[in-house]
Amino acid sequence: MSEKFIVGIIVSNHFGVLNRVAGLYAKRGYNIDSLAVGETENPEYSRMTIVSTGDEYMKNQVLRQLEKLSDVKMVALLNNDSSVSIEHMLIKLKLGNEGKAAISDLINDYGGNVMDFGADFITAEISGSSEKIERFIEAAGEIGILEVCRSGLIAMLQGSDSVFSAD
Amino acid sequence: MKLTGAEILVKELIRLGTTTVFGYPGGYVINIYDELYKQKEFISHILPAHEQGGAHAADAYARVCGKTGVVIATGGPGATNLITGIANAYLDSVPVVFITGNVAVPMLGQDSFQDIDIVGVTLPIVKHSYVVRKINDLQFIINEAFSLAEKGRKGPVHIDIPKNIQIEAAEYNPSFKLPSDKKGVIHPSYDKDSADINDAVSLIQNSKRPYIYCGGGVSATDTGKLVMELSGKIGAPIGMSLMGIGSVPASFALNLGMSGMHGRLASITAKSEADLIIALGVRFSDRATGKAGDYAKNTEVIHIDIDAAELGKNIRPTVGICADLNDVLPILVDKVKTKTNTEWVEHVRKLKEKDRIIPSGEFTPSNIINCVNSYYGDDTVVATDVGQHQMWVAEYYGFEKPRKLISSGGLGAMGYGMGAAVGACIAGNRKRTVLITGDGSFGMNLAELATAVTMELPITIILLNNGSLGMVRQLQTLFFDKRYSNTTINRKTDFPALAKAFGAEGLIAENITELSEALEKASGNLPFLIECKIDIDEKVLPMIPAGGTINDVILE
Repeated sequence: MSEKFIVGIIVSNHFGVLNRVAGLYAKRGYNIDSLAVGETENPEYSRMTIVSTGDEYMKNQVLRQLEKLSDVKMVALLNNDSSVSIEHMLIKLKLGNEGKAAISDLINDYGGNVMDFGADFITAEISGSSEKIERFIEAAGEIGILEVCRSGLIAMLQGSDSVFSAD
Repeated sequence: MKLTGAEILVKELIRLGTTTVFGYPGGYVINIYDELYKQKEFISHILPAHEQGGAHAADAYARVCGKTGVVIATGGPGATNLITGIANAYLDSVPVVFITGNVAVPMLGQDSFQDIDIVGVTLPIVKHSYVVRKINDLQFIINEAFSLAEKGRKGPVHIDIPKNIQIEAAEYNPSFKLPSDKKGVIHPSYDKDSADINDAVSLIQNSKRPYIYCGGGVSATDTGKLVMELSGKIGAPIGMSLMGIGSVPASFALNLGMSGMHGRLASITAKSEADLIIALGVRFSDRATGKAGDYAKNTEVIHIDIDAAELGKNIRPTVGICADLNDVLPILVDKVKTKTNTEWVEHVRKLKEKDRIIPSGEFTPSNIINCVNSYYGDDTVVATDVGQHQMWVAEYYGFEKPRKLISSGGLGAMGYGMGAAVGACIAGNRKRTVLITGDGSFGMNLAELATAVTMELPITIILLNNGSLGMVRQLQTLFFDKRYSNTTINRKTDFPALAKAFGAEGLIAENITELSEALEKASGNLPFLIECKIDIDEKVLPMIPAGGTINDVILE
């Protein structure tokens, strides 16, 4: 049975590491739904959060093959029930007949921020679960979407545990 | 002490125990070659005819003597010529460090002359790779590369050293040691009293028809003795993958030989009848399993491998243990109680008896292999190319020791043999080495004959000439209604004359008596080619077609 799963990876902060990680998925024909990467508190390391969809077999292969990469320091499966996660989105909307106020209300309802606007457009930032972001996109679809840019999910273990100590 | 990058590289190679490197000079490695020239007292260099041959030679060198092979090639075409060799070492888990030169760092990626992103090209076929962008990283990288190639599941590691790094100078530490926490070792998933070990022991205890399946891991760890001990203690026959051949002597009573697509009938039969497969250092490739879904469907499987990612990758084991066989086999041997499984052992003995080929005087592949086998005995290294001849060697040559069969298993690279024979012969201190090849494979990299002549290597080349690409022809006969598309090569090559043109010797043997006489003549310090013309329709049998099961086996 296929399901979405989230992997948190600590890697050397080094050129080419992203290629190795992405290549590991690509060579097996595993699709990456989203990938977010950035430096950690220690500049020697970067952290990746990769969301993909697959069955138990694929999940195990991904985890074990990732562990083999020399540049990968830690790998952890970040289940929905044991981790917190968030995604960011920038979305540019067309200003039409609805008027600016209606759109601002929608953005406010979703706890978003207006980042930029003009006579005929408004750019908003929305954060939250991937489901929330998808709901916003659906609602905004009626207004008219000019552009969407999503960050991909980032995730962390719940509680005081860190990926560094996860097994 | 400040040294240049080239000096640091060669000094570190020597310090890490490298005595022989294989390589081909060029503009982007000229500084390294200058240093090799200065240090030739301590490190010898073998010049192949083509970088691919050098890569295969280093791979075979590592397989024979167990030391990490080292290859040096220049940037661009020198580096791309290594690709098949790197892939070969990757799929057969052979420790080789590949060193390439490249354009200077500021010119990388500008499509400069011979500027290729070679690390990008090799990415999916190496255990790890580096571009050295800072001279201060070089010494660390060289040490880590060797460590990674050799630890855990072995494999190729690639270091790309841009030209300016070879020239720039850095502080050199003559007693550098890697920090001990450096990665490379896969951590075992068990201890002596872990549930996995106890489960394995009870599976063995309850099994009435156990079968031990040995792969390259048994050869690599030299644990054949422990395997035989286990086999004797629990009444289990032994079968092998191609890479496992030689790990247990062919003459061992319960060794049934290779299993898989072209396995011996006794071995594949016993495996299909077993109620427990104890798989040691194997990865269950498709050539070994046939239809993976039906493989071991009603059989328990204990899978032990040093690479945790192999456990459950192709076959889901009942018990999977990530371990070095040297650590875990003694525990198993110690923990299992002696059992006889008399009926099963008798049954497999009979299978083996029936499987023995009946010698006859005909000039058939099996008789040719037998003749070469009895002439050279147990201590000679035999390299092969890829195709029918390779399977005939795997089936009929009775290897008694590990590291004697040198063959391209995972990649199945035609053209491997001649370079491999050169590397194998050098690794064996220039003792006589045999290459068994076919006319198709030999044609691919025969220029390495020149290397063997220059190096005065005593290599006996047995060329089985059927005038066709026999393995594919066999498939066309069986599954494509004899439409022999591009497999009847029908070249007019005069192989003995070709050997002579290279400065080697050669002749044609037309029957077993002539072959025996020819083997006697092949005694000098030169390659000696013996061409054996065989029937175009000789087949490799038995055969389980790709994706099939034992029920589909073709016997004639």
